[in-house]
Amino acid sequence: MIMRDDARIFGCPIGQVLGAGIGLALGLGLALALAACEPGEPGPQAEDGEALAGGETTVFDATPNAFSLSARNMSFERRQRFVVGNSFFNKNWVQAPSSTEGRDGLGPTFNARSCSTCHLKDGRGRPPGPDEEFVSMLLRLSIPGAGPHGEPLAVPGYGGQLGPHGIDGVPGEGTPTVVYVDEAGSFDDGEPYSLRRPTYAIEAPAYGPLPDDLMISPRVAPAMIGMGLLEAIPEAAIVAGEDPEDDDGDGISGRVNRVWDAGAGALALGRFGWKANQPSVRQQVAGAFLGDIGITSSLFTMEDCPAEQAECLAAMSGGSPEIDDGLLDDVVFYSSTLAVPARRGVDDPEVLRGKGIFADAGCEGCHTPRLETADDAAIEEARGQTIWPYTDLLLHDMGEGLADGRPDFGADGQEWRTPPLWGIGLVETVNGHTNFLHDGRARSLMEAILWHGGEGERSRDAVLALAAADRAALVAFLESL
Amino acid sequence: MKPKAPPARRALLALVLAPALASACTAPTPESPWERAAFRSQALAVVEAHAAAVEADYRASRDAAADLQAAVDAFVAAPSADGLEAARSAWLAAREPYLRTEVHRFYGGPIDAIEGQINAWPLDEVYIDYVEGEPDGGIINDPAGTPTIDADALIAANEALGEDTISIGWHAIEFLLWGQDHDPAGPGDRPYTDFVDGPEGSAANPDRRRAYLAVVSALLVADLTTVVDAWAPGDAGYRADFLGDDPKASITKILLGMGSLSGAELAGERMTVAFETREQEDEHSCFSDNTHRDLLGDALGIQAAYVGGDGEPGVSSLVAMIDPDLDARLRSELQASVDAIAAIPPPFDQAIQAADGEPAREAVRAAIDALRTQTATIAEVAAVLEIQLNLEE
Repeated sequence: MIMRDDARIFGCPIGQVLGAGIGLALGLGLALALAACEPGEPGPQAEDGEALAGGETTVFDATPNAFSLSARNMSFERRQRFVVGNSFFNKNWVQAPSSTEGRDGLGPTFNARSCSTCHLKDGRGRPPGPDEEFVSMLLRLSIPGAGPHGEPLAVPGYGGQLGPHGIDGVPGEGTPTVVYVDEAGSFDDGEPYSLRRPTYAIEAPAYGPLPDDLMISPRVAPAMIGMGLLEAIPEAAIVAGEDPEDDDGDGISGRVNRVWDAGAGALALGRFGWKANQPSVRQQVAGAFLGDIGITSSLFTMEDCPAEQAECLAAMSGGSPEIDDGLLDDVVFYSSTLAVPARRGVDDPEVLRGKGIFADAGCEGCHTPRLETADDAAIEEARGQTIWPYTDLLLHDMGEGLADGRPDFGADGQEWRTPPLWGIGLVETVNGHTNFLHDGRARSLMEAILWHGGEGERSRDAVLALAAADRAALVAFLESL
Repeated sequence: MKPKAPPARRALLALVLAPALASACTAPTPESPWERAAFRSQALAVVEAHAAAVEADYRASRDAAADLQAAVDAFVAAPSADGLEAARSAWLAAREPYLRTEVHRFYGGPIDAIEGQINAWPLDEVYIDYVEGEPDGGIINDPAGTPTIDADALIAANEALGEDTISIGWHAIEFLLWGQDHDPAGPGDRPYTDFVDGPEGSAANPDRRRAYLAVVSALLVADLTTVVDAWAPGDAGYRADFLGDDPKASITKILLGMGSLSGAELAGERMTVAFETREQEDEHSCFSDNTHRDLLGDALGIQAAYVGGDGEPGVSSLVAMIDPDLDARLRSELQASVDAIAAIPPPFDQAIQAADGEPAREAVRAAIDALRTQTATIAEVAAVLEIQLNLEE
C-alpha cells in the first residue's frame, strides 16, 4: 500500500493517497474522478500504474535507503524473516574456528567478508578508482571448453573465480587490476564524447603461472531490488520473447540461457547474473556465499579449493555446511523481497518525452517495460504483480566492444542478459556513483548507451542521431526509473 | 499478534468512500493541519522543546562518559581489583544516559556522522585483544602492525576490514573492562592483572592494554562533546538548522528516529536476530551482560521523544490535536513496550537461549511484539501528520 503526496492519474489529482491493488473501490473512485475532469492537454501521458515499478511491493523512497526496504505488501508476520536475513546479509563472516560459531567459515580464499561489502546498501558495486583495490567487483575465470552440464571449465590452480584474499595461512590467489584507455567519439551533431575501454589482468598469481588461454569476465555486484519479482515471471513469458533467428527482422534475436540447477539436478532457465547463469534466487545466493565469501551450504557443500591449493585444502572448516538451511533461507527470503523503489516524475513532460524516445530508438526490444508475475509464485509478495523491470531476461549479442570472450553455459563470449533498469536512477543517491554495465566501465547512463553494440547497435545509432535536447530527455527518463 | 491494517489502507478507504471524490478535480482538498496557525505554532513549540531535550540528553551522556574516563584514568595509573570494579561501575552508569539518546539517530543528525565511532556493534573482539585460543590476537598484541596506540591509529583501524572490525567506542571499552563472557550466569571476568606489568601480570602487552583503554575512553568523551556542541544553541550548529527548518521536516526527523530505533534496530537487529539465532554474540552488551538495560534505555528514549517531558510538549501534543484516540493508543503502546522489556529476566543471553515456551524466552518474544506493534502505530501517527515513513516493523 502506497502513499505519496502528488499522486495523479491521467493528470487528474485524486488526493493524497494513491493505492495499488485495491480493486473495485479505487476503480469506482477513478471513474468518478475522471468523469469530473475536463479533457486533458494533448500529448503523452503516464501509463496507469507505471510509477509502481515493483507493483504492490513498491516503496516510495528516494533516499540513500531506497534499495534497503522490504516489499511494502509484506505481512507483519513475515517481516521477522526479512530482518534476520538482513542481519546476515550485512554481517561479516570470520575465520574458523571462532567463538562466533554461527558465522565462522570465511574463505579459505574469498572476495569479501559479507554480502553487503559488495552490495553496499543493497545497491550496485563499482570498479576500483585509481589506487583502490577491487572491492565490489570480481573476476570470473575459465579456460576454453565446457564441463558436463555446459558450465565454464575451471582454471587449473585457480578455479572459476579469482579470490584475491585468503584467511591466515592461505595466500590470496592474486591481485586483479584494470587499466583504461580513452576512446573518443562524437554524436551526429558533432558533440564529442569519450568512453574508457578497460583491460583486466592478474598480478602476482599465487598458485603457479596462469594459462595462456585464460579467459576473464569482470562482474560488478548488481543492485538487489526486485529479485523475487523477476523469479516470479512465468517461464513461458520469458521464452515467448525469444527470436533466435530474428524472424521479425528488428535486428534483435534474444534467447534464453539453459543452466544447471544444482538442487533439481537438471538444466533450467537462467534468470540471474550478468549472463543469466543462475536459475533461482536461492542458487544465486548460495553460489555467492560459496564463490565470493567461501561459505558452504546444503546446495554447495564443498569449498572451492583447487587440487593445487594445499593450504586451502588443509584449512579448517566452519562446519558442514557453514551456513545452515534456516539462515540460508532467511537470506534468500531477504534477497527476494527487497522492494523496488517507485519511479519519480512519471508525468513530467520531459520524462514522458524521453520515454517516447526510448521506445522510438527500439530500446524496448530488449528492455521490456512491463511484465506480469505468476499468481502461484513461491514468494507470496511477488504473486500476481504488474511490474516494470525493463528487461526480457534474455541473452543478447552486445557486440565486440562489450564482449568478455568467456562462454557461460549457453551464453557465448559476446552475449549478456538484458539487465533490469528499475532503480538505475537512484544508484547515484544510494551508492554515490554512476558506473554502469557489467564491469562499471560506463561513467554515466549515456556512456552505457554508447557502449551498446551487436543487437543494440541500431538503438545506439538512433541515440547518436538525437539532438542534444532529446538526449537529455532520454536521460531524464532513465533517471526517473 | 494480530496484524493491523496498514494505516495507508485505512486512509485510502476513507478517501475512496468519500463522496467529495466525485468532484476531486475542482474541490479544494480538506484543510491540512499544517495550514492551521494553532497547529503550526504548537509544532514549533514541540520542535523547540525537542532540540533542548536532545542537547540535555547528550550533555548528560557526555558528563557521565567523562566520569567513566576519570575512573579509567585512575585505574590505568595504578591497576587494582577495586579500580577495575570502579571503572566497570562507571561504564554501567554512563550507559544509562547514552541509551536515552539513541532515539536521536537515524535521520542524518550529528550523531549519525559519528555513531560508528561511539556505539558500533557487533564487535569482533579478537580484532582488539586476545581471546580464548588466540593469545596473540588483536591490535593490542600486534606492536608491529600498530606501533603507537593513539587516537589517530585507533580511529583509522575502526571498521577498516568491515562492519564488525570495531576498534573504538562503548563496546571496545566494555570488552577491555570485562573480557569475553564465558560464564553462562554472569558477565565476563577479565582479571585486573591483564593491565599489570611484570610477573604478576596475566597477559602480554599490559602497557599497550592500558594505553588502549585510556585512549578509547578519552575518544568517547571527545566524540560525545562533538555531538553536544552541534546541538548547542547558536547560529552555526545543527540545532539552528533543526529549528530553522519547516517544522514538519523536523517533526519528520523525530518520528523517523523513533520508528527506526523501535522497528528495524531494536525489535529487529538487536532482539529478533538474537532471538532467532540464540547467539550470545548477537546481544548488544555481551561482555557486561548489560543488554537488558540497553533495551530499556532505548525504549524509554522513544517514549520520551513522543511524550515530551518536564512540562515540555512532545509530538504527542500534536497528534492529540488531530486524533486523540490514536495519541492515547501510542502512549499506551509505548508504556507497554517499556513494561515488556522490563519484564525480561536478565541476563538477556540466557533469556534468548532458553527453550521455546520458557518464561524468559517468551518474555523476549512479547517485548519484540510490543515494539513491532508500536512501530506500526508510529507509522500511523506519521500518516495522520501527513508524513510518510518507510519503516521496517
